[in-house]
Amino acid sequence: MTTTSSRPIERGAPRARQTGPIAWTKKHLFNSPFNSVLTVVLGGLILYVLYSLLSWAFVQAPWAVVTENFAQYMVGLYPSEFYWRVWVIFALVLSLAGVSWGILARNQKQLFSKPVLIGFGIAALLLVILPMTRPHLVYSLGSLVLLGLGAIAGQALGRKSSKAPQLISAGWFISYFVVLYLLGGDNFTASLLYTVLFQVGLGLLAGWLLSSRLSVPVLTQWLGRLALLAVGFVLGYYILGNVLFPILVSGLGLSYTFFLVLMAAVGILLGIAMVLTFSEPDTLEGVGKAALFLIGFVAVYALMGLLPASLGLEFGLERVRTTSWGGLSLTLFLAISGIALCFPAGVSLALGRQSKLPLIRLFSVAYIELVRGVPLISILFMGQVLIPLFLPEGMRPDPVVRAIIGLTIFSAAYLAENVRAGLQSIPRGQSEAAQSLGLNKPLTMALIVLPQALKTAIPAIVGQFISLFQDTTLLGIVGLLELLGMTRSLLADPNYLGDYAPAYVFIGGIYWVFCYGMSYGSRQVEEALNTDLR
Amino acid sequence: MTQSEIQAPPVPRNDVGAEAVIVAKDVNKWYDNGFHVLKGVSMNVYKGEVVVVMGPSGSGKSTFIRTFNALEPYQEGSIEIDGVRIANDLKDIEAVRREVGMVFQQFNLFPHLTVLQNVTLAPIWVRRWPKAKAEEIAMRLLGRVGIAEQAYKFPGQMSGGQQQRVAIARSLAMQPKVMLFDEPTSALDPEMVREVLDVMRNLAKDGMTMVCVTHEVGFAREVADRVVLMDGGVLVEENTPEEFFNNPKEERSRAFLSQIL
Amino acid sequence: MAQRLNKPISGVRSLLRDERFWQIAFQVIVAIAVFATFSYLFGNLSSNLRRQGTEFSFGFLQNPAGFAIGENMLGYELQDSYAKVIQAGIVNSLRLIFVSIITATIVGIAAGVASFSDNWLLFQISRVYVGLVRNVPLLLQLLFWYLAVFLAIPNEANQIVLPSANTVWLVANNRNLSLPGPGLPGEVWVALMLLGLALLLLGLLWNSINKFRYGRFAAGVAGWLERLGAAAVIAAVLVVDYFLLFSNSPEDMLFFKGAVIALFTNPEGLWIVGLAVAAVAIFVVWRMRLKAMVEAGSDGKLLQGVMIAIAIAAIAILLFAFNWNTPQISERGQASGGLEMSMSYVGSVTALTFYTGAFIAEIVRAGIQSVSRGQWEAARSVGLTNDKAMRLVVFPQSLRVLIPPLNSEFANLAKNSSLAFAVGYPELYNLANTTFNQTGKPIEVFLMMMATYLSLNLLISLNMNQLNKAVQFKER
Repeated sequence: MTTTSSRPIERGAPRARQTGPIAWTKKHLFNSPFNSVLTVVLGGLILYVLYSLLSWAFVQAPWAVVTENFAQYMVGLYPSEFYWRVWVIFALVLSLAGVSWGILARNQKQLFSKPVLIGFGIAALLLVILPMTRPHLVYSLGSLVLLGLGAIAGQALGRKSSKAPQLISAGWFISYFVVLYLLGGDNFTASLLYTVLFQVGLGLLAGWLLSSRLSVPVLTQWLGRLALLAVGFVLGYYILGNVLFPILVSGLGLSYTFFLVLMAAVGILLGIAMVLTFSEPDTLEGVGKAALFLIGFVAVYALMGLLPASLGLEFGLERVRTTSWGGLSLTLFLAISGIALCFPAGVSLALGRQSKLPLIRLFSVAYIELVRGVPLISILFMGQVLIPLFLPEGMRPDPVVRAIIGLTIFSAAYLAENVRAGLQSIPRGQSEAAQSLGLNKPLTMALIVLPQALKTAIPAIVGQFISLFQDTTLLGIVGLLELLGMTRSLLADPNYLGDYAPAYVFIGGIYWVFCYGMSYGSRQVEEALNTDLR
Repeated sequence: MTQSEIQAPPVPRNDVGAEAVIVAKDVNKWYDNGFHVLKGVSMNVYKGEVVVVMGPSGSGKSTFIRTFNALEPYQEGSIEIDGVRIANDLKDIEAVRREVGMVFQQFNLFPHLTVLQNVTLAPIWVRRWPKAKAEEIAMRLLGRVGIAEQAYKFPGQMSGGQQQRVAIARSLAMQPKVMLFDEPTSALDPEMVREVLDVMRNLAKDGMTMVCVTHEVGFAREVADRVVLMDGGVLVEENTPEEFFNNPKEERSRAFLSQIL
Repeated sequence: MAQRLNKPISGVRSLLRDERFWQIAFQVIVAIAVFATFSYLFGNLSSNLRRQGTEFSFGFLQNPAGFAIGENMLGYELQDSYAKVIQAGIVNSLRLIFVSIITATIVGIAAGVASFSDNWLLFQISRVYVGLVRNVPLLLQLLFWYLAVFLAIPNEANQIVLPSANTVWLVANNRNLSLPGPGLPGEVWVALMLLGLALLLLGLLWNSINKFRYGRFAAGVAGWLERLGAAAVIAAVLVVDYFLLFSNSPEDMLFFKGAVIALFTNPEGLWIVGLAVAAVAIFVVWRMRLKAMVEAGSDGKLLQGVMIAIAIAAIAILLFAFNWNTPQISERGQASGGLEMSMSYVGSVTALTFYTGAFIAEIVRAGIQSVSRGQWEAARSVGLTNDKAMRLVVFPQSLRVLIPPLNSEFANLAKNSSLAFAVGYPELYNLANTTFNQTGKPIEVFLMMMATYLSLNLLISLNMNQLNKAVQFKER
């Protein structure tokens, strides 16, 4: 065999292994002439930038605009005599967060590992050192302690009870309304918190008790017949009546009383027809039970609604109008409300877009493409200006409500696309297997397809939440004093003329911490879910 | 040629029940693009029988058995499962699906649930059994297919053969009257095919009515009461395994067998 | 048990258990609900409008606007009509969007490729840049750039003049930035933008024509509707392109000169046409040369000479025909000439570039990572260095994964351009807002705004989809 190379291959001792800082620098910074020059240039530039930044931050910058107005950055124009309410909210949220953390970490041996303790230590240190937080040390350190205690309690709860995740989710749900009430105040019995807890909650309980405990079949069946009669009557008299009114009375000039009698007769006939159609005992019992549930619910709902008014009960915290809400707390409130509302809306739109029914798909596609094609600012503009035009005279929804509606409308369309991508990634075999086991379409969707789709779409969904959080800044333009809006209003004060840089760097830092935290958290959640399955 | 012109359906064997669990008469199906995939196919499956359906790819055999649990709709003819006709009635379709179990080529286990949860899902939500009863029956079934110790693992952590056995247990948990197998071993590595076929063999021995689409000739010879050949949407030949493999009557059967034997 | 279910049941009940019935019934219910909601909303709307004494009409567009705008390229002046205001806003938005898309893509690709560099410093810089910029809201960054950086530049009295007082290349004060640039009249700049728009519209045209050539239409009524739709799109594009290219009469309420007319009636415009011809010629000669070299084995020297000659001519045109001038500083210190850009424009472009660039960097990074390691290894093993491997092998393959997310990033940039109003740049949303405040016609203004943004979105999306199809691998 002849070789064709003209130079003999040189043999030598293999190169010594290269480790250590010098070898690393050579490999990563100076491994070619171009790279060496680049390193020197970039290094010089970075050092210069760092030096100017640090000297600006510690020597030149007029930080007064931040330190003197810290409270406004946090809560806007909230009256200072009610700050205790904000502290209660802070403590509540941290406690719940602690408990959730504990429940998530229920399988970990050591809750307070070294990095966690270091984190606590740094947080406490910052709270003590920074001049802005020093006056409220009791509250802030106390909340930190609550976080830790909550975590311990949460871990114990998570280990003892398997229903812990559901409990804490219910806790978060109720806490939203508690926070809303603490912020806004006003008559307790007229608040949303009261409605959710005492009217809806007790109503559901009453309805369930009534429908499941009262088990006399004959009675339930007769109740079912009655309910069907009522439904038929309503259908005939009211609905059909409203439809036929313009035609028969206005158009053909039928006498009004005769029309009423006619519609009533139609209603009764329809009711009887329904009773005859659904005559199986099983069906009647089902309808009867549903009727019992509804009766119980409506009775308790109305009772709890009317009782306080008739008793003359009016108590509660002082009212703080939403125009006084502001700062970081308003930003968080808007973001969380938007996220909570846009999630069900987005999932419904995604399901609608996937549907085989042409009309549903048309509506979903039209909504999604229209909303995704326009800037958010124009939707917020529409929200602030156009919504009042579309409502009857005199109805003026709260600007915060209008902002939340605008954010929800916008985010739901984008979320729908993310969820759709997740839905499309589920192989058809999954729904086929579910159907072959006898699961009907809603059950298949709820138990099999949606959980997997949402899990796949988590990075995209969290990305959308981060965008929503950043989009709250636009609300400053439409007059809400959330964090950016509050900052601009503070900078308009002649005392702080021109102090843009410290203020914007400060709130930029706040936004960065939250957004980076969310994306970090989503990566952790993703990894945790994946290690579960692998 | 439609099937009725080729041969009359055979008389059931003596040790097989005379009650027909599946009665398919003159089934015709067209795809959306107009392709005529099932051309007047008729077949009866009797209680306790094991029927193996074979045929070249594209012959419509998978499509045919998928009409038995309404996964595929059909346009003409009639299919009755245990006396219930599959048509457009939702309640009837749901009733049929409760009584017909299906095992897929790609297993189709639910990856976000544990093995035990996979098996107990349908009994809890469809048959409305209490959780304890569902879990007890599930553990028994998992033991029967040989993977009781894996009950709390996730499907992604198991081999293909193990996953398919879980899929079989999952279908059995609903206590179906007939089990359909759509090429259950085609996606498995060779060394795992045997464990799944063993489970199917035992199932047949216990008297389950089974319809299997498969290429496993050994399994057909040993376990099947009847072998059916489909080609081009038509049921070509139907016979006992000995007769079918040794003395195929039709030209197309001979052509098919020469390719696989 | 099974026998019972199939017994004949009353007609209504079997209807209620039929899936097809529920499919139709559900859609009817939804349609009624949507219709009822819309009629309620619009009923309120018309009664509210009647109460206010206003009516839905676009007639206000002819009225004089009466407010000044900071900068515009259509020569708008105080008493011109609202229609001209809106069009000036659209032109300003396009100016912002076109330039930002180009700069953001450059920055994004650079940062994305840098994240694969083996120089540790460069890698860290790109990662820090992306991690920082993506997590801070755009509006905040915009305000920061404009207020804290660009407005901090001294005012005219102490403006920055580079490199020295005698040779002036760059003049910066807190209101304007002046750079050397071609002295093209405003018409020509507008013409270039309109030409860009017209070319984008051609993408839409091509799409619809292809539907007739290759596509399969659905059967029956739906198919005829689709045909009608595609034909309508073709007609619409042809009409709009006609106006974009050839309109020349202000009475039509179109206050720009059609691109072709503007280019051909201005000497600089003619030279631009010449440049375009030269570019096409170079491309054609290049293909000819490639073909000759591959098929006939010629050395291509003659054609290469032709290409070089054309290139020299083009460069000459570029250098001399466009009145390049540098900013001049007058006696009183005012800068004029060259390319003058307002600080609000510069601030907006900067913020949009860096913000969108960070997202594009991540898209590029994901695209390059999607190319399998085997490609890198194959390229290195035939002797290509790291950056040659990136340029010739990996990056072209990553294009097919890049383009769909890039599509949505460009659409986002187009929508984010509306934020420039916060720093006073007179783009479309800004002017629409002022118009609404003055005329009290929110619906009409809102509709015009939505129509513009939707059309822009559609154009970007369609053209990116065409690009997407072009870079897909030809597979079996």
